[in-house]
Amino acid sequence: MSVRHALLALLSEGPKYGLQLRQEFEARTGEVWPLNIGQVYTTLQRLERDGLVESDDEGEEGPQKGFRITADGAAELAEWLRTPPDMTSPPRDELVIKVLVALTLPGVDVRDVVQVHRRYVVELMQQWTRLKDDATDDEVGFLLVVDAELFRLDAVIRWLDAADGRLARLAADPPPVVTGSPLLPPRLRRRMGARP
Amino acid sequence: MTALELRDVSKVYGVGPTEVHALRNVSLTVDAGVLVAVMGPSGSGKSTLLTIAGSLELPTTGEVIVEGTSLASMSRNERARLRRRSIGYVFQDFNLLAGLTSLENVALPLELDGVGAKRARVAGMQALEELGMSDRASRFPDELSGGERQRVAIARAVVGDRHLLLADEPSGALDSVNAEGVIRLVRAACQRGVAGVIVTHDAQLASWADRVVFLRDGRIVDQTMPPPGPESLLTPDARS
Ligand SMILES: Nc1ncnc2c1ncn2[C@@H]1O[C@H](COP(=O)(O)OP(=O)(O)OP(=O)(O)O)[C@@H](O)[C@H]1O
Ligand SMILES: [Mg+2]
Repeated sequence: MSVRHALLALLSEGPKYGLQLRQEFEARTGEVWPLNIGQVYTTLQRLERDGLVESDDEGEEGPQKGFRITADGAAELAEWLRTPPDMTSPPRDELVIKVLVALTLPGVDVRDVVQVHRRYVVELMQQWTRLKDDATDDEVGFLLVVDAELFRLDAVIRWLDAADGRLARLAADPPPVVTGSPLLPPRLRRRMGARP
Repeated sequence: MTALELRDVSKVYGVGPTEVHALRNVSLTVDAGVLVAVMGPSGSGKSTLLTIAGSLELPTTGEVIVEGTSLASMSRNERARLRRRSIGYVFQDFNLLAGLTSLENVALPLELDGVGAKRARVAGMQALEELGMSDRASRFPDELSGGERQRVAIARAVVGDRHLLLADEPSGALDSVNAEGVIRLVRAACQRGVAGVIVTHDAQLASWADRVVFLRDGRIVDQTMPPPGPESLLTPDARS
């Protein structure tokens, strides 16, 4: 989450103090992302340096100093909202790596490893769902954050289910063993950040 | 109070070379007020478990106890009455009666159980309303979308005073908003004291349950532990 752009968004509603910015940020993200006041001030200083916000000239440093967004700041915010985040290269996913490693180790039942992770992720999802159940309809920011987390974890479960299915089919109908064949083609291995 | 208990239940379909072990030594207890989700790959025995719990089929070996009474000790008629009166069942393929409207489908189990037609219609209408389906009350199943048929099936299962709610893939044809509406309704029924078992591939749906049981090749291989308080998700380091 970009604190920088979140602060610009809050300031686009009108001038605000540092402390107020922190409170509003936390309230709107359902208090899922705590933010310390030091972080707020250093971010504001950088925004000011870059000409994206202005502060009251005469106001002293500290809680009484007010900030407002500039035209450049508003343009920057509009641009950021419409720029998709980088999702092109697969992240180095520890869970994927664990399952790949389990696949190569003799005496390890990969499907058991898969189930351990599946249970853990479902338990996490149960906790998020509990939070969703306790939330009220007006806590929109919070509900969106919880949904995002649930969809992310749901994707992990789907991957585990797909892996499980693939492994079950493989166990039922094993292909001829080719020794020394790498698990991943080199190009994908590099992109996933795995050591050669 | 234990609403449903499966004791060492096995189910074998067919004989000899075509024999299928759909369930193997499954034991499961569901207390009143508790929602259990059953997850597992296709063919792992989820629907079989549910039909046996709902007394639609008898196990090959083992015992099924609903509200303290063993199903094996009941006559066919007694089992049929138990199903009508106490068990709400949502089938994987909905099983709505084609010749009846949405409302008639929902009110039918109540009427079969001797509730007056007028009262049954009021209760049925209320259940449809809770699922945002009151404006579809007079439509026939073939005039509904897949998701709408699903919601009528859910309404039929929760209507009246059921003690056990069994649902097979209750969100199959629904988008995520409607799926959440359906599971919230199931949850609300459980909070009123109904024992629930839902079968699903969908982890988001399963995460509404108090307990998630994992089936593989007809066996229960794992289940979730009671979750810790949700506060644990909101510590700063967990969110960095
Ligand atoms: N009436 C039947 N006769 C013979 N075999 C059956 C019968 N019903 C189910 N089976 C078999 O029993 C096994 C378990 O089936 P079941 O319907 O319980 O699976 P499931 O977990 O519900 O799968 P899905 O997720 O695809 O609905 C399968 O191999 C199936 O082919
Ligand atoms: Mg099934």
